[in-house]
Amino acid sequence: MSYVPHTKDDISSMLKTIGVSSIDELFKDIPQALRPKSFNIPPASSEFEVTQHLKKLAAKNATHLINFVGAGFYDHFIPAAVDAIASRSEFYTAYTPYQPECSQGWLQAIYEYQTIICELTGLDVSNASLYDGGTAIYEAAMMAIRFTGRNKIIMDSGVNLIYRTMLYTYTSNLNVEFVEIPVVHGQSSREELFKHIDDKTAAVIMQNPNFFGAVDDHSDVVAEVHKRGALAIASVYPVSLGMLKPPGEAGFDIATGEGQSLGIPLSFGGPYLGFMAAKKELVRQMPGRIVGATVDSEGKRGFVLTLQTREQHIRREKATSNICSNEALCALRAVVFVALLGKEGLKELAEHNFQKAEFAKDCLSRISGVQVKRSSPTFNEFTVMLPRHADEVVYRMIDKGFACGFPLGRFYKGLDNYLLIAVTEKRTKEDIRRLSDSLEAVLG
Amino acid sequence: MKLIFEKHKEGRVGFTYTKADVPLALPLEAKYCRKADVHLASLSELDVVRHYTNLSRLNFSVDTNFYPLGSYTMKYNPKFTERIASLEGFSQVHPLLPQLLGGGMLAQGSLEVLFETERLLSEITGMSAFTMQPLAGAHGELAGAMLIAAYHKDKGSRRKYVIVPDSSHGTNPASAAIAGYQVKVIPTGPDGYMDLVEYQKHLNNEVAAVMLTCPDTLGIFNPQIKKIADMAHEVGALMYYDGANLNAMLGKARPGDLGFDVVHLNLHKTFATPHGGGGPGSGPVGVSESLVEFLPIPRIVRRSDGTFALDYHRHKSVGYIAPFYGNFGVILKAYAYMLKLGKEGLIQAAELAVLNANYCRVKLREHYDLPFDKICMHECVFSASRQAKNGVHAIDIAKYLIDKGYHPPTVYFPLIVKEALMIEPTETESKETLDEFIEIMIEIARLSKENPILVTQAPLHTPVKRLDETKAAREPNLRWQQ
Amino acid sequence: MNIPKNLFYTKDHEWARIEGKSVYVGITDYAQGSLGDITFIDLPKVKDALKQSEYCATVESVKAASEVYAPFSGVVSLVNSELLAHPELVNQSPYELGYFFVMEISNETEKTNLMDAVAYEKYVQGLAK
Repeated sequence: MSYVPHTKDDISSMLKTIGVSSIDELFKDIPQALRPKSFNIPPASSEFEVTQHLKKLAAKNATHLINFVGAGFYDHFIPAAVDAIASRSEFYTAYTPYQPECSQGWLQAIYEYQTIICELTGLDVSNASLYDGGTAIYEAAMMAIRFTGRNKIIMDSGVNLIYRTMLYTYTSNLNVEFVEIPVVHGQSSREELFKHIDDKTAAVIMQNPNFFGAVDDHSDVVAEVHKRGALAIASVYPVSLGMLKPPGEAGFDIATGEGQSLGIPLSFGGPYLGFMAAKKELVRQMPGRIVGATVDSEGKRGFVLTLQTREQHIRREKATSNICSNEALCALRAVVFVALLGKEGLKELAEHNFQKAEFAKDCLSRISGVQVKRSSPTFNEFTVMLPRHADEVVYRMIDKGFACGFPLGRFYKGLDNYLLIAVTEKRTKEDIRRLSDSLEAVLG
Repeated sequence: MKLIFEKHKEGRVGFTYTKADVPLALPLEAKYCRKADVHLASLSELDVVRHYTNLSRLNFSVDTNFYPLGSYTMKYNPKFTERIASLEGFSQVHPLLPQLLGGGMLAQGSLEVLFETERLLSEITGMSAFTMQPLAGAHGELAGAMLIAAYHKDKGSRRKYVIVPDSSHGTNPASAAIAGYQVKVIPTGPDGYMDLVEYQKHLNNEVAAVMLTCPDTLGIFNPQIKKIADMAHEVGALMYYDGANLNAMLGKARPGDLGFDVVHLNLHKTFATPHGGGGPGSGPVGVSESLVEFLPIPRIVRRSDGTFALDYHRHKSVGYIAPFYGNFGVILKAYAYMLKLGKEGLIQAAELAVLNANYCRVKLREHYDLPFDKICMHECVFSASRQAKNGVHAIDIAKYLIDKGYHPPTVYFPLIVKEALMIEPTETESKETLDEFIEIMIEIARLSKENPILVTQAPLHTPVKRLDETKAAREPNLRWQQ
Repeated sequence: MNIPKNLFYTKDHEWARIEGKSVYVGITDYAQGSLGDITFIDLPKVKDALKQSEYCATVESVKAASEVYAPFSGVVSLVNSELLAHPELVNQSPYELGYFFVMEISNETEKTNLMDAVAYEKYVQGLAK
């Protein structure tokens, strides 16, 4: 029933050893008056019954839609080898590797993960992962506040609204001043941005590609930020880094992002993977676990959790963050995914996403009344203006078998007719043509 | 073992995509692109699979070893929940689907799982409502501390302090600090309970909340808990329940009935979802009636027609704690576990977890110091002080256990016990496993007297010997470089 | 345990050596011994103005972090940047090569709040009990 191995005899002999006559006696410290007022939980079910019940619920979710929704969370193909490794229970039924001698597998895998995050982002150091892309931005902002001793954060509104909202929630009881820079024609406005960077600024947060899909080179922003002694933080999409300029190359001090696209299923919002990399002088401000290489008493290479004095079990209220776990199993998926693809595969994957999105732009721009926004280059996601409310178009496209995109009006005022469309390598030429045909029919 | 990067062979190919089936567009301008390819190893699929399979074999895990790591509830993780989480109907659903017009009806299964899990957890803990958003225990604590801050702000009361006992988890003070509070620490009395005189002294209308673990980190249930809660409520402070140790309480006592206002749980502890090498976890937060309006948005609601929907219209909500609705994949496994166990199973889990812990306590108390010798709940905390006099410290005991194939207990926590050894066997371990473990622990106690070097030189049979942590911290090497 | 006669000590195990208007500051042999192998030191900045007993530096070992407080009020004039690359100097030579920083003080009478070697030795013995 509850996966317990005890026989009746076991229980009575154990009770005898303990010197009590019944299990109830073990709970005698809980006064009768404090016993549960109710405990209305359904009776036990068999594995078969529970599985059937949940299969029924799973069937109530739509899996037939051809998906063009991205908005920071993407439908990429996951090679079976990723699932196979993540299903090794020697990985998934272990806990945080506190005892390095019996956790070298995990520690080495995380060290390898840290390495690939550094390679992807072009930065020096990475932690062992954070909860998600949003908590990663919050942690990065707090790093900058600690490092600079300042408290003003400037954020481009091309950063995913979900993350901006999380950042406001998390800092609502802290002394942090925010400035949001409006997006003009889907791009960050340098003029507005530069106006606000001053000697009180701890950090400027940019996203690339931004929420509208626009690809930018932020080198000039970073230069301006550094002139004022502030830090530059980038939120990036890891699959795009097979092609796009990594944040380290643009001069960013901290890179964060959502690692879901690296072999992690969409799974209705989690578990996902927050990643964070930074320049090495910031390592002591970094939150979360970090694995380092060292040697054992015989000089053999081995791995340990290191720089733990930053963490809450030592620093308590003075810790860099309250985070004490990571998303190790998701980080494992990411490192296996990237290792399988290798540099060629990663480049190819980015290339496919880019090419297919360009093809989709071409197809959709032929539909009368649809305007593909071309003011900036894009990677695998782009914005179109529709002749009517995007919500309504999305609604009607569901009937045609498509989740055709994300209506920007949900997150931005005045953009009710705009639709954000993501095209991953999983969408075939045929899918894209059918999307275009169906959209034409819906609009016609 | 070699690193994956050290197995590189130029020209080798692992995973390939078919050729693009669309006409080629002009490439992006160079200024937007990376100068050089990402520096990664080229490997075959077998190279990668063998590498990580062999790495997995260097870990201790619940499936391979007894893992009595106190405070983490390393119980068996049933396999059927893994299969359920991988059903396409769950794993492939985009989280934004229910936020599209008409999309909610296409994610009814997932919304129902979330709604029903909230209801079950509310009943198990005696709370009014739950949010499933927090992505781990510490994240739940942070969310809980924010809910407390929102509650007091709404009342127009400016409070400065959060009270924690000195036996608390390190995350408690860290979470309170992020919510804007200063921490007051109350010492533990000689009886193992929080010192009520000190508590009374620090309690006033500047205190926002009292954060407690129950049973506490010594594995002891404090019969005065209701009184502590009443005293807090008297001055308008809220009671916060750190759910790390809920496993002992299932069906035996509910935080809500004990007077707690905010509760965080760890689904990866109590509800048997895998710990995943440190995550993903799930740290849902439950609240009493007066805090429901502050819960993060969206809330999952059931409409009058029985369908489920997302509700964003809660103007007093703290906002978003997670990007979406929580670690859905983890929540799903916990839901399946609760349905499978049912009422009797959950109660039985608590009972046998407590039985196992007390069995270890009684069998080992002759051999190790037991600072607070009374009936414990799900874990027992020994001290290796006696052994330390002969040079055998808690860490040495841990290493010797590893050599014998046992994952060590939690060591050096709680901080108030010198040379602490915190043993949490969980209910899924058999008497035979416990007996074998106890035998090794007794052997260590004996060796500590007779031949301590045999313990202090451990481990001898592991892939690496004791590692130089000083070197790791002084000369940080945090990534591979050619 | 080494407790040099010519220094002043705090309850938090800092030592201070007065040389005219300048004061050398570090942590005691007892402190380095209880921390174990020191791995990192976060030093104040030159020109930082400190008050007596104010937090001014952090010293870390593998599993502990502890804060260092200024023994006098004054302005930091020199920091021992050697320690950034070689924190082990604090273990090897806590009173000489392992000093943390030098400060210029204005009020030497603050030393009445500190202990001399005899008093500190007694204090440390008291802790051991």
